[in-house]
Amino acid sequence: MAVHGFRRSFTGRIYLRTDTVERSILTDLVGQLEEFVAPDDDWADADPLARMVGIDPDAARSDDPALARLFPDAYSDDEEASSEFRRFTERSLRDTKLAHAATVRATLVRSGDKLVLNEAEAQSWLGTLNDLRLTLGSRLGVEEDNHDDFLELPEDDPLFALFHVYDWLTFLQDTLVRALTGLDTQFLDTEIPE
Amino acid sequence: MGTAPVELERPDVESVTAPDTPWITLVWNDPVNLMSYVTYVFRTHFGYSKERAEKLMSDVHHEGRAVVSSGSREEMERDVTAMHSYGLWATLQKDD
Repeated sequence: MAVHGFRRSFTGRIYLRTDTVERSILTDLVGQLEEFVAPDDDWADADPLARMVGIDPDAARSDDPALARLFPDAYSDDEEASSEFRRFTERSLRDTKLAHAATVRATLVRSGDKLVLNEAEAQSWLGTLNDLRLTLGSRLGVEEDNHDDFLELPEDDPLFALFHVYDWLTFLQDTLVRALTGLDTQFLDTEIPE
Repeated sequence: MGTAPVELERPDVESVTAPDTPWITLVWNDPVNLMSYVTYVFRTHFGYSKERAEKLMSDVHHEGRAVVSSGSREEMERDVTAMHSYGLWATLQKDD
């Protein structure tokens, strides 16, 4: 099967050739990401003024490594400053991620085999692909030098499939960056040997 | 989208006693973010040249971290917020 990356057409449009299976996997992943980053809260009951300016008095660093990576501390050496920063910024960071995910989902819903993006949608795709990779990378335990270990996993290992999804998202994100920066992606389409 | 942090009125003793102390934004290496993407973010957000962005990306990758900007605490909080919205692992601190 041929795996396609993002390309920029001669007319300057960013596009991706996909099939129904790929679109269904992506839609599923994006839905899971939305659930994952959505705040689980009583935001509606929060102080209306705090809500209006985006302050979340309950924001705290997550014990889940993937969430901690998506919403990191802003100060490496000052826990109190980190907490305060988080109360003032985490809510809007969550909203940004959710907005990107919603845009990506909408482009998947409207598209057939050729998914065409405008520049703003391409930015949403970049953000969402990165969030998905950070989340999956954290779940898999991806490190600087253990890429090959995953490739050697037996096919019935649950991590095998997850890693291949991660690897595919990596390819999509890299080709999207290249398409956006005008680097030719023509030769990046690869054949996966059966 | 509102990603800029709200200005805080806090009794910040350090910045009162040393208002000119510069702050820095650090971006840390992580095993997931792509080199092409990190370079792209540095070019897009900071407007750095391709060469400078690639040098910074390379420093992050090989040294484990790099100083990507400096300025007031408020400016650095804005940069860190932006880096987080791109999914980069960034922190700010006083430059000492």
